[in-house]
Amino acid sequence: MQNEVLLQMRHITKKFPGVLALNNVDFTLRKGEIHALMGENGAGKSTLIKILTGVYQMDEGEVTVEGQPVIIRSPQDAQKGGISTVYQEITLCPNLTVAENMFIGRDEGMIVRQKERIKRSDEILTSLGIPARAKQQLGSCSLAVQQMVAIARAVDMQCKVLILDEPTSSLDDNEVNMLFGLMRDLRKKGVGIIFVTHFLEQVYEVCDRITVLRNGELVGEYLTQDLPQVELVAKMIGKELDELSSMGDTEGKEEAKKEVFYEASGLFSSDALPFDFSIRKGEVNGFTGLLGSGRSESVRAIFGADKVGGGSVKIKGEPVKITKPIEAMKHGIGYLAEDRKRDGIIAELSVRENIILALQVLNGIFKPISRSESEAFADEYIKALNIKTASRETPVGSLSGGNQQKVILARWLLTHPDYLILDEPTRGIDVGTKLEIQKLVLKLADEGVSVTFISSEIEEMLRTCSRLIVMRDRHIVGELKGQDLNQAQVMKTIAGGES
Amino acid sequence: MNKTNTVRREPLTDAALLMIITIGIFFGMYILAMIFLGGGFLRAQQVIDMLNDNVSLIIVSCGLTIVMIGGGIDISVGAVTSLVVMSCVLYLNNGGNIFVSILLALGIGLAFGAVQGFLISYLEIQPFIVTLAGMFFARGFTTILSVNPQKVAHEGFEKLRGTKIEIDLLGYTANNGNRVPARIELGVIVALLCVIAIFILLKYFRLGRSFYAIGGNQQSALMLGINVKRTRFMSYLICGLLSGISGYVFMMHTGAGNATNASGMEMNAIASSIIGGTLLTGGVGNVIGTFFGTLSLTTIKKIVVASGLNDPWWQSITTGGMLCFFILLQSVVLSRRAKKKKAK
Repeated sequence: MQNEVLLQMRHITKKFPGVLALNNVDFTLRKGEIHALMGENGAGKSTLIKILTGVYQMDEGEVTVEGQPVIIRSPQDAQKGGISTVYQEITLCPNLTVAENMFIGRDEGMIVRQKERIKRSDEILTSLGIPARAKQQLGSCSLAVQQMVAIARAVDMQCKVLILDEPTSSLDDNEVNMLFGLMRDLRKKGVGIIFVTHFLEQVYEVCDRITVLRNGELVGEYLTQDLPQVELVAKMIGKELDELSSMGDTEGKEEAKKEVFYEASGLFSSDALPFDFSIRKGEVNGFTGLLGSGRSESVRAIFGADKVGGGSVKIKGEPVKITKPIEAMKHGIGYLAEDRKRDGIIAELSVRENIILALQVLNGIFKPISRSESEAFADEYIKALNIKTASRETPVGSLSGGNQQKVILARWLLTHPDYLILDEPTRGIDVGTKLEIQKLVLKLADEGVSVTFISSEIEEMLRTCSRLIVMRDRHIVGELKGQDLNQAQVMKTIAGGES
Repeated sequence: MNKTNTVRREPLTDAALLMIITIGIFFGMYILAMIFLGGGFLRAQQVIDMLNDNVSLIIVSCGLTIVMIGGGIDISVGAVTSLVVMSCVLYLNNGGNIFVSILLALGIGLAFGAVQGFLISYLEIQPFIVTLAGMFFARGFTTILSVNPQKVAHEGFEKLRGTKIEIDLLGYTANNGNRVPARIELGVIVALLCVIAIFILLKYFRLGRSFYAIGGNQQSALMLGINVKRTRFMSYLICGLLSGISGYVFMMHTGAGNATNASGMEMNAIASSIIGGTLLTGGVGNVIGTFFGTLSLTTIKKIVVASGLNDPWWQSITTGGMLCFFILLQSVVLSRRAKKKKAK
């Protein structure tokens, strides 16, 4: 079955103002295969997917499904053509019920047959083992469950081509395994699955083939078993392979016997339980733990982003009070928030305006940054951080995720912080940019900036942090450094010793 | 799976919860009025009059509820109502036909709905701006038609207007011993039919559910394969149609056209929708709630008057207070739910 071509995209070209997003890209999907689409941020993966789902129209090229040319002008066209997509961000309506979310927008009569929908939804949910009820309001489910409902919807639509765009980024291991089981089932039924992810291990676990894109161009299509992981990374990021392997364990890891920059005791907020914490000048430490363990809530309390309840805070030994972000900023603290879209970028504003935002706030409204000054700042950081943008006046919303993240980093770097808190700075961005950000963190530490780093990928934390604070169920349950700083020990601490 | 015999009840949706609160408060308020103020509140005619006097408001509120569920706003409804009244009055006075006058009313409403809907949905102009322009346009046009109030002088229409459903059972005995039956105007029947029709549309029709989807998350709705632009267009079209109907029943109630007719009705309609549990942010709302929202607003006004606060500003102040109270209540209820969910 695997040799029967299901979907073929040929010579796809897509231009955006100032950027050639896709240049003459081919992509072939066969029946009953799981095909990984890999590439850095800005490689053109999202654009390719969006062309296939009718969000964007291609400038040149052709798409055929089972040999028939298809024209996809809207998501409806895509659905009718048997192409279903489950996106990274939940694209369901939280105000409707689970059953409605599974059936709305699909061909049917004028009148909704609720009972049938609910019955059918319950059947599907049960058969896929998804812990949701048909009549439940979707918004009351966890994000992972919402994601699975989206997949259930696609499955029920008898799609020929199923696109999974970063479906695993909000799922835990169990749920990922459940999803993979589902994907394998669908493969047996002859569905072609396009799997977009940043997790390499997952690619090797389920995918048959890999197509790699780089800078809007096709690098190649490979059978998974013929392409070792190291080579895949090399294909994705090009030249930087050497640096990846050489970025050793020793770098930036020596315990700095420097003065303590920030110290909190008994600090708590509306969302975080009381905790003690301190960081030295030029130190990189990390908060780790599962999602919901309280790691983000704790750093938000440090920055005063949530309502601070109490506790004492000292900066360079002096007692200070930080209850609002602006107070934290005045003490030289910067915070890169976890949710880039909500708490980070202002999508409609330009790259330049986003970059100067924090500095302007710090200066106050009576000391405006002049146009020429701000342009100079923007150009400097676009260059320094290698931000890929058409110009400094491009709206940030049109940049790829990794570049948006760099813009926010630039925003904080411009304020020359003494202490930078980075909450999931590498989530949902590609290997190349991840590496750049990790290197930047170590460089900042060298310059004497304290950094707190949070990431879901333990490996990444081990590479950058000299001290790891482990949280579980909203409490700090351990602090690892030196010898203990290895994957096994971290896992053990996160999971908890007692059984 | 382990299936027990006990039927598991789903927790209420946000919309249902808000609606139930409104209905509860309406009845609570009315019963308190009956106990403490007595008099008119004890007569069925009081409730019927609340309907008779507010048929227009009920109908445009239904329209606004639809638009607001879809995440939009329409502030032209009062002005369109007024334009419809004036146009139909003049048409009838020039020897028009009743049937055609109804078509005229619906036509004007649909025309406004279609043009505004097109500008908002397909050209993506802010709904507030578009309907603000529509409001000025309709008001201005009404004044051009006639600056002076115009009374309907049309035999057939007067007959239609005079037709009332009398129910003796709900009547009362006046001081002089005569039995006064309860009188329900035809407009009330129209309004109730509108409420029922919109209720069914919103609950059981694909289009109705799509309104909720685009109001809940426009991007998601698009990805789910809903034609967002057409759906949004339809919400304004239906709202326009309801404004047309509202104009006609307004004329049946007052029997005259006046350039200042229905002024401020759009704001009362927005208030009714919000009190009925419709969120301005879209995606949540229910037309039954809106119906009771209108009644609640009317009741509190009646209570204010019955308490001896006859000056008109007292009504405005209480309306404002009530709106504030409901919005506070909504936000408290919804944020408590959100917290509960988080705690899970």
